[in-house]
Amino acid sequence: MRLDIILRVLAKLLIPFALVFGLYVQFHGDYGPGGGFQAGVIVAAAVIFYALIYGLPAARRVVPTEMVQSLMAIGVLLYSGVGIASILLGGNYLDYFVLGADPVSGQHRGIFWVEMGVLITVASVMLKIFYVFAGRRRDAEEAEE
Amino acid sequence: MLTQHFPALLVVVPLMAAPLIVFARRSLASWLIALLATAITFGIAASLLAQTLSEGTLVYAMGSWEAPLGIEYRIDAAGAFVAVIVAAMGLIVMPYSRVGIAAEVRSEEHYLYYALMMLCLAGLLGILVTGDAFNVFVFLEVSSLATYVLIAMGRDRRALVAAYQYLLMGTIGATLYVVGVGLLYLETGTLNLADMATRLVDVGDSRGVLAALAFITVGISLKIALFPLHLWLPNAYAYAPSPVSAFLAATATKVSIYVLMRYFFTIFGATEVFDARATGAILLGLSLAAMFIPAVVAIFQHDMKRLLAYSSVSQIGYITLGISLDSVEGLMASAMHLFNHALTKGGLFLVLGGVVLRCGGAGFDRLAGLGHTMPVAAFAMVVGGLSLIGVPGTAGFISKWYLVSAAMHEGQWWLVGAVLASSLLAVIYVWRFVEVAYFRAPPADHPAPGEAPLSMQLPALAMIAACVYFGIDATWSSEVSMRVAEVLMYNPGVGQ
Repeated sequence: MRLDIILRVLAKLLIPFALVFGLYVQFHGDYGPGGGFQAGVIVAAAVIFYALIYGLPAARRVVPTEMVQSLMAIGVLLYSGVGIASILLGGNYLDYFVLGADPVSGQHRGIFWVEMGVLITVASVMLKIFYVFAGRRRDAEEAEE
Repeated sequence: MLTQHFPALLVVVPLMAAPLIVFARRSLASWLIALLATAITFGIAASLLAQTLSEGTLVYAMGSWEAPLGIEYRIDAAGAFVAVIVAAMGLIVMPYSRVGIAAEVRSEEHYLYYALMMLCLAGLLGILVTGDAFNVFVFLEVSSLATYVLIAMGRDRRALVAAYQYLLMGTIGATLYVVGVGLLYLETGTLNLADMATRLVDVGDSRGVLAALAFITVGISLKIALFPLHLWLPNAYAYAPSPVSAFLAATATKVSIYVLMRYFFTIFGATEVFDARATGAILLGLSLAAMFIPAVVAIFQHDMKRLLAYSSVSQIGYITLGISLDSVEGLMASAMHLFNHALTKGGLFLVLGGVVLRCGGAGFDRLAGLGHTMPVAAFAMVVGGLSLIGVPGTAGFISKWYLVSAAMHEGQWWLVGAVLASSLLAVIYVWRFVEVAYFRAPPADHPAPGEAPLSMQLPALAMIAACVYFGIDATWSSEVSMRVAEVLMYNPGVGQ
């Protein structure tokens, strides 16, 4: 474990930037290429990178499995909740126009929360898949020992 | 005021119930949420059917973006009819599930079962309500992915293989479908189904349209389990947990049949499909093969679940036979058999679920002497079996009667003989159960079980009773089926 010091230091340097880049892709989605799905993958990749370098238990301490599962549900609820909010405000399902004082701010607000839901669900589903596969191999090795 | 949002809420209610169930975690709490959500969904579906019958097509612009720019939900009597079947089946399976899955699914996974059932329900209803070709694919995948996991939850280890087999076949089917949609998009420049139907008239005869028709027909036929693309179905139904078998048998293939009807009649137009192409003849041939070959295979099964699964493949043949006749009468018989077979097979699988709980399996060695140990369940199975055969006084008779008269109306007298001969095969496989249940002694190690718990027995018996009810008084089902056939045939929704 001594030889990977370069990897460990580089990971510490890179992961914050990866997360910030994820947020940039998320919030720049309004104006250019980007959006919740891509940002979610980048955020999940940062955590997976952490798990690859520092080990699965360390990653699970930072982002616990139970939290990942709850986040998967929260994202879907957030997305569909925006739709319900539109109905309650007198529009159709997912009608962003009624969410703000004027149509432009309404569209902004609607897409912001919907994309946030996509980010949360995509990132947590990616992580969940990674945890399940990585955990399987670990459990099998532990059983052998 | 809220009714105008029903087309969206039909999908949103079960879709939102799924993440809520993930939060609830506890088995009882998730069951209550699922029960409430299915009850609301059924209410919405029933109200949509009433609305579409009186007012015609309902259109709902998602996010207030008008079609064809935005995605619209468009539901008419045909979609609402199948939606009522799906939602009703969900509502019947939910109270049944509480005890039904206790023995078959590990208790810490119960909440996942309910969440997946909700997702499956949302996907199936989404296919029925959406007016967008790509949306159909998305919902097809939502329901299919949930289904694969539900099947894999069966306690038999072979359930994993069955789920994997279905995953492969289902993915191929969905891929073929999406390739077909891509070709249609290339030809018409739209994904909106109603828009596509009007533009296809101008596109006329082209190789792309022909290829799209072929891709979509084969892709959806895989999901329907139309013979010979049915190989995933027997294992999937046999090894899935009992409530899942019942729910899938009554809904999943039926929704795919609806999609096929939609494409054949509304999108491509019946003339394109049936007059200019050999599609009708191919479908007729496959339907006849489905009516006979899986029925013969069913006779040689030694497991009641597998027997019923093969019987399902055979019964699907009757439904597609009605489609291949290309007439209002034929479509009406198809719609009616879709409803009646959902009742019959759903009921039979529900009864069988209770039997499996008590006897520890659906193999004929476990079911021997069932007529003495579980008289009510055995009798219900026989009544359901009579409906499979099509004995007068049961729902199965009504739809076969309409199918036969539709064939006569087209002057295809020989089809009458085919339907009768296929029904005789059904007599044989139903008789196999009667023989096992009533003329064999119970196995020596039999724990002398009583009837299934009431929460399982009541929904099952309600379905079997409905089989008899709709066999005696078919006024409602025949009137609605007629409307469904007219809507599909004369496309009153298009161009409005």
